[in-house]
Amino acid sequence: MATTQDTLHAAADGRKLNDPAMLKRRYAAEWRFKAYGLGALGIALFFLVVLFYSIISQGWTAFLQTNIKLDVALNEADFQDADGQITEQSIRVADYTKMARDALQSTLGLESPTRPEKRDLRGLLSRGVDVQIRNKIESDRSVIGQTVPVWVLANGEVDALIKGSIDRNTPEERRQLNNKQLAWIDKLIAEGRLEKQFNTGLFTYGASSQPETAGLAVALIGSFFMMLIVALVAVPIGVAAAAYLEEFAPKNTFTDIIEVNINNLAAVPSIVFGLLGLAVFINFMGLPRSASLVGGLVLSLMTLPTVIIATRAAIRAVPPSIREAALGVGASKMQTLFHHVLPLALPGILTGTIIGLVQALGETAPLLMIGLVAFVVDYPTTPLDPATALPVQIYMWASSAERGFVERTMGATIVLLMFLFVMNAAAVYLRRKFERKW
Amino acid sequence: MSTSMILLGLLIAAALAYIVGIVRCRASTGGDVAKLHSRTGYYGSYLAIWTVLPALFLTIIWAAAEQPVIRHLVETSLPAHAAGVENDALMSLTLGRINSVAEGLPKLSQSEFKTIENARLGFTPMLEAQRLLQEKGVILGAEPEPYIISAAYDEVIYRHTSSWLITGLAALAALAGFVYGFTQIRPRLRARNTVERVVLAALIGASTVAILTTVGIVFSVLFETIHFFQSVPTFDFFFGTVWDPRFTSAGREGGASGQFGLLPLLWGTLFISFVALAVAVPIGLYSAIYMSEYAGPKFRGFAKPLLEILAGIPTIVYGLFALITFGPFLRDTGAMVGLDIAASSVLTAGIVMGIMIIPFVSSLSDDIISAVPQSLREGSYGLGATKSETIRKVVLPAALPGIVGAVLLAASRAIGETMIVVLAAGIAANLTLNPFESVTTITVKIVSQLTGDLEFNSPQTLVAFALGLTLFVITLALNVYALYIVRKYREQYE
Repeated sequence: MATTQDTLHAAADGRKLNDPAMLKRRYAAEWRFKAYGLGALGIALFFLVVLFYSIISQGWTAFLQTNIKLDVALNEADFQDADGQITEQSIRVADYTKMARDALQSTLGLESPTRPEKRDLRGLLSRGVDVQIRNKIESDRSVIGQTVPVWVLANGEVDALIKGSIDRNTPEERRQLNNKQLAWIDKLIAEGRLEKQFNTGLFTYGASSQPETAGLAVALIGSFFMMLIVALVAVPIGVAAAAYLEEFAPKNTFTDIIEVNINNLAAVPSIVFGLLGLAVFINFMGLPRSASLVGGLVLSLMTLPTVIIATRAAIRAVPPSIREAALGVGASKMQTLFHHVLPLALPGILTGTIIGLVQALGETAPLLMIGLVAFVVDYPTTPLDPATALPVQIYMWASSAERGFVERTMGATIVLLMFLFVMNAAAVYLRRKFERKW
Repeated sequence: MSTSMILLGLLIAAALAYIVGIVRCRASTGGDVAKLHSRTGYYGSYLAIWTVLPALFLTIIWAAAEQPVIRHLVETSLPAHAAGVENDALMSLTLGRINSVAEGLPKLSQSEFKTIENARLGFTPMLEAQRLLQEKGVILGAEPEPYIISAAYDEVIYRHTSSWLITGLAALAALAGFVYGFTQIRPRLRARNTVERVVLAALIGASTVAILTTVGIVFSVLFETIHFFQSVPTFDFFFGTVWDPRFTSAGREGGASGQFGLLPLLWGTLFISFVALAVAVPIGLYSAIYMSEYAGPKFRGFAKPLLEILAGIPTIVYGLFALITFGPFLRDTGAMVGLDIAASSVLTAGIVMGIMIIPFVSSLSDDIISAVPQSLREGSYGLGATKSETIRKVVLPAALPGIVGAVLLAASRAIGETMIVVLAAGIAANLTLNPFESVTTITVKIVSQLTGDLEFNSPQTLVAFALGLTLFVITLALNVYALYIVRKYREQYE
């Protein structure tokens, strides 16, 4: 700051402006200023690195899950109902938890475990084990009567121990796993029966209160439905609106109002769109809460300005000579638009669409308003079924207290960022590939 | 037949009409296409439009009107003591029960439905119908009053009639349109012009969606806000200093006893936004200056996309970062130097939000700085100023209005930001000047008032709309003013 004043003072004092000491100060100030700029940029990029590092370092373990291999004895007697028949019903109600525990017990060579030991054994297995074994039998009934090896989920605490977030050295009374359980785990590891495997459950399970059986399937399907609705609603309307505004609209108050509206809508906080969805789609039109249809509609309204602005830019980039040539050979304005301008603007429109979809995919706040924060276990089959969305699932897991969910939350974030990355890369690729210089 | 089935039917009708139209126009000139005014496809579209459009409008209007009309019919048929003329809550309760019975009725078998019908018409005693409904699980809990069963039966019949009526009417309209269009097709018909007018109308319609959305936002939020101010005085809301909504259990009287003071929330919002701007403006501005004035094209091409990644990251990810990584880090660092920093302090949310809006400030400022004419810089260099002197004394003052606009836009982003503060800011409304304590914001309260079970008549829920309206007005004013400044500034140098 001082330098220019110095310059003036110097001039007033009759000192020379190129006085070496003064020049040195001015150049130092120059250097400092440049360093501030570079430093600011450095700080911003440093934040970016820290952000990604903290998410990836805490989240990548979510893609692995500890499993235990059990040799489950499937005795026919366990599946028979009162009449000695094996029916679908009797298979459904068989006591799989006990089978799993017995299998674990015999694997560990325990003859007659005491009651606390039984509880400790159960503590090694996930509560979702019964479903895993049942699915195996329902897919192939012929295994009944045999002893089959099944990889089942280990309990969340065991998973935490294997991944190193439970310290073996903490005193037993403050540790979630006791010494006996640790010894069993070590034995299982030594026999190659306990190991980390790729976590397919993360992508196939729905909501669960146990971290090891909680997955993203419902959220992925919900987000997919919503993206589909945004693509079907926002894109046609957005392109049509942009085409009208660029090619047909006369300059009058009506079109001015539309333009101002579009610009303002682009800056309205997303949560306000959630209020709109709640009041109009749910309260007034009576659409179901928690449905991805409502979410998709709200996101469509939210992305509409993005699509319109991008499409307008793309249409504007088509040189007027193309239009004039088409009009010159007798095409109508509508034919010029649909036969020439829009096809030439298509890459730009596509890029804008993808950017709109990216924005919609990452949006959370309006979806909280319309009840997509739901505990949904079953896969949604239509957009009217209760569902969640990927970022909403992250929010819900982030609010869960259990340790296992922190890892899942970060894992889900990685999945979300991957999707966004791929979509953005596609947008960049399209732009590069079809970019035209007129 | 449901509305979606009608729409599907119309789609098929349109495809058929399109083909018929082409065949018809070809036949009208004896196969000599050159004699037609328009190309054959336009005649097909012409006929398809005539077939579908009137029927489509009819169906849409019918679908919109059906619900209120049936509701009205059912309401007026209720006995006076049940209708609760003066009691909205009782009325909606009664209608809810009628609806749930009406939804169950179609699931009954033919003969069972007959029983209900007989009961409705007075041939069999109502008791029988009541027993039947309870047996079949249509009604759970208390025995329904006879008038509820009657009303539900009426509702089912109305719906049934209505759906047949609209199916018939739509078919009739489609047929009439088709016949009219068909007779119109001749070589001199200006089919293209008509079709293009319809397309243009559709384009105009699409561009009004933006207006409708704004109108929808304003009206839906305003309507509920007015509702809210009927139970809470306006003055108490805007100038109250205590936020304590007190959730009462559903249906209990006196739910309005909570206090809804906006000021603590507004203060929290502004405080966090201020911290965010204090982080984002220097970093963003200096980055923009460096990139537009110092950096070479290669460095720029590398750093600019990286900065923009920050803008592309979903806000939930920032919220998570603040909650899981940054909040605890700040708390531990504070503890090390003897400061008592809450994990959900103003600083946590503010700094992380600041990181989020760095790219907004930098890319907007970058554009504005680049728009300053080169001649100004050259004049300054010519006088012997160094580069930084030129930037500070010439470029920045020239760009100042635009930069102020950019900062205002960033401020509006910060004020409306939700997920970061939902995860990382506090939930207790707090009027404090201490950045190490936690405060809450308007957006956090909108979310917390609206998640969970909703009861649309309680001020606890409606207050969210009043908060939403406040937020909308603040951000709108900021945006309009910022855009005005930016635009005015841009014109200056163009």
